[in-house]
Amino acid sequence: MSERRTLLKRNLLNFWRTFRRNRMGRIGAVLLFTVLILSIGAPLLTPYQPTDTIRDANGRGMTFASPSEHGPLGTDDAGRDVWTQLLYGARISLTIGFVAGFMAMVIGSLLGILAGYFGGWIDSLLMRTTDVFLVIPDLPLMLILVATLRQLNTGFSPTVVLIVVIGVLYWTSTARLIRSQVLSIKERQFVARARAIGAGHSHIIRKHIIPQVMPLMVANTVLIISSAILTESGLSFLGLGDPTQPSWGTMLNFAFARSAVSNGAWWFFLPPGLAIVWVTLGCVLLGNVLEEIFNPRLTSHHLEGEQHMIARPDSPPLAEGIEGGA
Amino acid sequence: MNRRDYLLRKILLAIVTLAVVVTLDFFLFRVLPGDPIRAVIGRNVRISKETQDALRAQFGLDKPVFPDQFFATVGQWAQGNLGISWSLREPVGEILVAKLGNTLLLVTLGQVLSIVLGVALGLFAGWKRKSAIDVGALTFSLIAWATPTFWLGIILLAGGSTWLGLPTGGIVEPGNIGKPFLEVLPDVARHLILPTLTFTIVYLGEYMLIMRSSILEVLSEDYILTAKAKGMSHWQVLRRHALKNAMLPIVTLIALNLGFTVSGVIYIETVFSYDGLGKLFQTALDKQDFPLLQGAFLLLAVAVIVANMLADLLYTYLDPRVRQA
Repeated sequence: MSERRTLLKRNLLNFWRTFRRNRMGRIGAVLLFTVLILSIGAPLLTPYQPTDTIRDANGRGMTFASPSEHGPLGTDDAGRDVWTQLLYGARISLTIGFVAGFMAMVIGSLLGILAGYFGGWIDSLLMRTTDVFLVIPDLPLMLILVATLRQLNTGFSPTVVLIVVIGVLYWTSTARLIRSQVLSIKERQFVARARAIGAGHSHIIRKHIIPQVMPLMVANTVLIISSAILTESGLSFLGLGDPTQPSWGTMLNFAFARSAVSNGAWWFFLPPGLAIVWVTLGCVLLGNVLEEIFNPRLTSHHLEGEQHMIARPDSPPLAEGIEGGA
Repeated sequence: MNRRDYLLRKILLAIVTLAVVVTLDFFLFRVLPGDPIRAVIGRNVRISKETQDALRAQFGLDKPVFPDQFFATVGQWAQGNLGISWSLREPVGEILVAKLGNTLLLVTLGQVLSIVLGVALGLFAGWKRKSAIDVGALTFSLIAWATPTFWLGIILLAGGSTWLGLPTGGIVEPGNIGKPFLEVLPDVARHLILPTLTFTIVYLGEYMLIMRSSILEVLSEDYILTAKAKGMSHWQVLRRHALKNAMLPIVTLIALNLGFTVSGVIYIETVFSYDGLGKLFQTALDKQDFPLLQGAFLLLAVAVIVANMLADLLYTYLDPRVRQA
């Protein structure tokens, strides 16, 4: 066991070294963490609440006040502070993105592991299901799902409905990725050894398969989160968000519906979109780098300028290292 | 796998997907409170219970949901009878057909532009690998991927209407509504500029990336080296040997992108109040017009499934490795 722990430590250190060398990953992490910190520290960074109306010296509500009249980002059509809405909106957008992404990861990994490990009809069923879902246009599907769920009066808030719909539709790519990884892992010697000494399926999956695919799951989750945040913004823009808990997408829905564009109120419709790009870009950059480090079979990546082996001799990928200790 | 098996598999997949879509579309809207009879009687409470029951019997709603109602409804759909819209009080099928042309115009223009530009830029980026153009192209596609389509539309709308005096929405100016298409063509074109531009920017990046990696792969093949050794110029190698082979993945991408295109259409038509299927979908969503949503989803899904299958069939024709196997 202690041998295994040292190996894990060495691998983490190697991971950190590789990661530090990678400029794209660093940029991604910085983008993501600035938003995380800003959203957590929201109450410290603004004196207002998102619903507060800003009033001028005469006590009148300031509608569409520009940043020069009311800093730092002006006010919206109802005189509410845009900067405050942006900070609190980050909480909603990130929560939906992270929870939905996590949900998709759990479903996808579970199905991927089962399909890859047991093969047979489970595997065929999974692969055909993902084939079918690849073809069905996902936005219209999500729109009608959200619309029906809201009509049914399930008692869940619109935010929860969004999370569930994104979560249960975004697992297919994860399932395929994990499945292919499990297919190769289960052929390795340490699994055969475990089986030979009488280990059951559940033991092998828990002790040998899951630790091996875990890093890849993490990398994939970060990528799924970026898609989830983008999708959430779109669904909310189309009016499916919770108006009492406005995310960035809902802010853009308000800005668009309440003619921020024709009023030239750029401070109302530019910042939420920039924030979405910022976070999505952060997740994509970070996720791609994590995937590169964790998945030695990815010899090159489409975002990478040159084709090269990712597994460098001085940094054995996490998965390979633990194998020796098992 | 030989070609016939491949074709059969693809056709079977399309049929299964179609069945899933139809089933989902039927049951999703059937779990809603109330039944389709509401479309006929509306909120008129004065219609007696007997009349309501008679109407239910007439529409077959007294029979079990499955299999009787299900197959009856699917049969109706197959004949193009998609029910009556709650908000517009017109047959859903007719409403959809009326909007189809506008959407096809936008999608075709946007797709053609993004494919042509994407292929050209991707080719150039791959050819001049690691040059400033290449790095710029990669950065562009990454940022374009992370940008919400509707937000890009809003920015272009704000910029285009403020600085270029372009129209903010619609198909034609209000005064030109109802005039013959050819007469108002310049006006239609002016209204198409911004939506098409949004469309092109959104989809350009992906075509560029695929083309770039595809051409890089092809250029490392032996037959390219042979062609160079024969003394062909760079341009000849590219045109005669590399381009044709590198174009194959683009066909697959077009097919895969169709579903994604539908999302783009919904966002872009909403932002530019462009009177097509996407805008219709958003309006139906807003007004909770379920028969219209149901019909629009069916049409969009079927269109994507069929187009996808055609692209797969086209692929088998284009790729000799599949064709002759």
